Amino acid sequence: MGAVMAPEAARKPGIGYSLPRREDDRFIRGQGTFVADVTAPRMAHMAVLRSPLARARIRSINAARAFTLPGVLVVITGELLARRNLAWMPTLSGDVQSVLAVDEVRFQGQEVACVVAEDPYTAHDALQLIEVDYEPLPALVDPTEALSPDAPLVRADKPDNRCYEWETGDLEATDHAFQEAAHVTTLDTYYPRCHPAPLECCACFADVDPDEGRARIYLTSQAPHAHRTILAQLMGLPEQQVQIISPDIGGAFGNKVPLYPGYVVTVVASFLLRRPVRWIEDRTGNLLSTGFARDYRMHGELALDAGGRMIGLRVRLLSDHGAFFADAQPSKFRAGLFHIVTGSYDIPVAHISATGVYTNKAPGGVAYRCSFRVTEASYLIERLVTTAAYELGIDPAELRRRNFILPDQFPYRSATGFSYDSGDYRAALDLALEKAGYEELRKEQEEGRRKGRLVGVGMSSFTEVAGAGPSKDYDLIGIKMFDSAELAIGPTGKAILKLGVQSQGQGHETTFAQIVAHELGISPADVIVHHGDTDNSPYGLGTFGSRSTPTGGAATAVVCRRLVDKAKKIAAYLMEVDDDDVAWEPGRFYLRSAEDREVTIQEAAAAAYTNPPDGMEPGLDAVSYYDPPQLTFPFGTYVAAVEVNPETGEWKVLKFVAVDDCGVRINPMIVDGQIMGGLTEGYAIAAMQRIDFDAQGASSGSNFEDYLVPTAWETPRFELHEMVTPCPHHPLGAKGVGESPTVGSPAAFVNAVVDALVHLGVRNIDMPLTSDKVWEAIEDSRPRKAAG
Amino acid sequence: MHISLGVNGQPVEADVEPRLLLVHYLRDLLRLTGTQIGCDTTTCGACTVLLDGMAVKSCGLFSVQAAGREITTVEGLAPHGHLNPVQEGFKECFALQCGFCTPGMVLASIALLTSNPDPTEDEIRWALSGNICRCTGYANIVRAVQWAADKMRATGPAPTGMGAILAANAAPGPSQGGSHGAQGAHGGRDGA
Ligand code: FES
Ligand code: FES
Repeated sequence: MGAVMAPEAARKPGIGYSLPRREDDRFIRGQGTFVADVTAPRMAHMAVLRSPLARARIRSINAARAFTLPGVLVVITGELLARRNLAWMPTLSGDVQSVLAVDEVRFQGQEVACVVAEDPYTAHDALQLIEVDYEPLPALVDPTEALSPDAPLVRADKPDNRCYEWETGDLEATDHAFQEAAHVTTLDTYYPRCHPAPLECCACFADVDPDEGRARIYLTSQAPHAHRTILAQLMGLPEQQVQIISPDIGGAFGNKVPLYPGYVVTVVASFLLRRPVRWIEDRTGNLLSTGFARDYRMHGELALDAGGRMIGLRVRLLSDHGAFFADAQPSKFRAGLFHIVTGSYDIPVAHISATGVYTNKAPGGVAYRCSFRVTEASYLIERLVTTAAYELGIDPAELRRRNFILPDQFPYRSATGFSYDSGDYRAALDLALEKAGYEELRKEQEEGRRKGRLVGVGMSSFTEVAGAGPSKDYDLIGIKMFDSAELAIGPTGKAILKLGVQSQGQGHETTFAQIVAHELGISPADVIVHHGDTDNSPYGLGTFGSRSTPTGGAATAVVCRRLVDKAKKIAAYLMEVDDDDVAWEPGRFYLRSAEDREVTIQEAAAAAYTNPPDGMEPGLDAVSYYDPPQLTFPFGTYVAAVEVNPETGEWKVLKFVAVDDCGVRINPMIVDGQIMGGLTEGYAIAAMQRIDFDAQGASSGSNFEDYLVPTAWETPRFELHEMVTPCPHHPLGAKGVGESPTVGSPAAFVNAVVDALVHLGVRNIDMPLTSDKVWEAIEDSRPRKAAG
Repeated sequence: MHISLGVNGQPVEADVEPRLLLVHYLRDLLRLTGTQIGCDTTTCGACTVLLDGMAVKSCGLFSVQAAGREITTVEGLAPHGHLNPVQEGFKECFALQCGFCTPGMVLASIALLTSNPDPTEDEIRWALSGNICRCTGYANIVRAVQWAADKMRATGPAPTGMGAILAANAAPGPSQGGSHGAQGAHGGRDGA
């Protein structure tokens, strides 16, 4: 293993130590700084007018009455933007998106005009006074109709409503495997459209000085550097003049990766008014218009031989992207990292094909707490395997065991071309089943059935993929998906770390200080971490897809080691010996021949400024741009036991056991926190979160009364267990964790509910498993009385 | 309309539009930005404050409805750096991640412990069911409230608002920072 672990004694308080978070102090006092808290003298306030219709031609917009309201400063329309060539903006997926609609609105909630006023109430009042003359047009709502010749056209520039066609794997070999198969299991399932809904909506504060050409922009951004590059190009500002600050962010989960029209118009408004302008999105705007997730129609076929060995997998996907292709997929992979669909199983051949279509819905398809499309892939394979087990009459755990990739097969090359780093899938399953008391649960299920109780046990032995990604394959809008760390150790031995990744609650100020502490053998209290301000951090792609630890964490370790190399030369100089005579352990250099002769890292740092060796550049700082050699593959098994009420279709979680292996854990407390939070979101997706549209394209989920997110009351209790299989190619052995629970858990819940009903003949219920759908599945399974 | 009320133990007066929401009054006029806004439907609880000791959603009240009453925001809980036991519990139990829900959660928890010093887990979960957290999964929040309940039963409940300031002034020991509760429009005072 390439993982470097310090000896036990040196671990505290570096890696592996649950160091309390240094962020917490400001948050519990209400002293965090979120974008909505940023203010400035003469600040004006912006509000957004949105389309009530999913598709309509804009005949005219008359804003004259809005100006009659005292305090209204400017009304910005698409027409005004078009005159400055700003009516459209690029998306992170290489498409374009309307900033403010010019000719036609294409989804309900689309941005049509913005008012800027002296105070927010006036801005909102003025919205009511803008008269928009809409000519309603038939909306394209159902993606399965998108490709039919008489479907309404969402975009004139996309003549067949087609966003992309994409495929991977070996079609011929896969077809052949299916011909050989003793059994084929088929599953058609819909992973519903849901929304990451971080508690903080989007916001922007822009202060543009047109004379200086300088723009200071506070943004709810997961990717401040990428946003700087795009905004600079779009606005025609030199990039060095654009400062993006992503301060404290109130959760993001993928929602704050895309660039949004509201951001652009805020910047334009500040430019026009020569005043600071702030826009705070409301929840309705957030749920109606910003990056939704999933919305994947999946057809999966699993081929098995007579011994229950998986021999082939075939998947067909239909992806609904809404009106603009605005996910943040790596350019090469239109279906993201869906390749992971072979999961934890040794399936020799596979083929995946995907069609993306445009519809009259909000754009998105963002990676909601998962690496691009990994959640959908993991859900499909875990549901397929479970369904196959029922069809073959094999216990779902046993069928998994028969097909797992074995520890000695790593590095394992999957049928879709991924190189898995490390894993022990069977150990994770066995541990989870043991902790859950699988045998007893099955007995309880058996006895329950005799008494009319519906108990189900579901599992999900997921493998996910994180840490995008190696530059040969991964980029966003052409920018390679490396990430960066800049470290300076000053004359007093204190360290300043600047990161290209950004935090939205992950606790980077703590964990990254721990990495430096671990590498250098200094106290984390001697490290300060800066991130989120593009003027004060090296370029990076930001935090999403569980990439911070795999990329930024690796960059931090690498930059530390670079400084240690330099400091070693200084230490040798101070001890008046050759470099080779000096050895390093965290905290100190010592003479190999006389181990008590030492130079501490602090002494070496001081000398870098006060007494550097002849010919050596003074100072002790460096920057690392880490290009990961491979992706990382966290894994685990989740086991859920549920009880379904046969009368109402309601279900409750009796037990949930999670075994997670994310490689080396930097701060176990933070890792567990990420898992708890992710499991809660996974449960929410499985149980309640859904955004539907009516035939006119009106959304059913535009607030927290309709789009349900769990509270403390609904959230099940989760029992967590850990395994550690280090990542062999990551300098710290870490794999990343933020998303495993959201990726792996929905299938566990659904498998459990279906398991409770499987003896009734139920094989599938699509998420969310609301009581009405579960009840209907039970009703449908009852023998029907003859009609009449 | 002219209103006078108490905010974090300080008397304040203001002329406000009748429709001005309490949360906007606190955030925009008094610059007490610890109180957050997470929804438009009084569902999320990010804006929770104490109104005469009772947890209320400040986005669901007009500021004029607070006239003559005492409001406590998160800034009023630790006026001299002495954390309220619930704040301590949140820190101790890692009950926050992004921190956006935290002020509301802390205040809702204080209101619970004031009326029920020894709540069961279910009582805690029920009492906090008007407050959404998207990050933590709630388990650590529940633990934090239990931690605070234990501590408060051992040492007596911590005062809030004016009481907190008086208590802090009376207490010897370190005083970090100024009075968070007394900034901006209602006249920043040094609190000492
Ligand atoms: S902002 Fe008040 S309840 Fe959501
Ligand atoms: S900590 Fe982020 S919403 Fe609760």
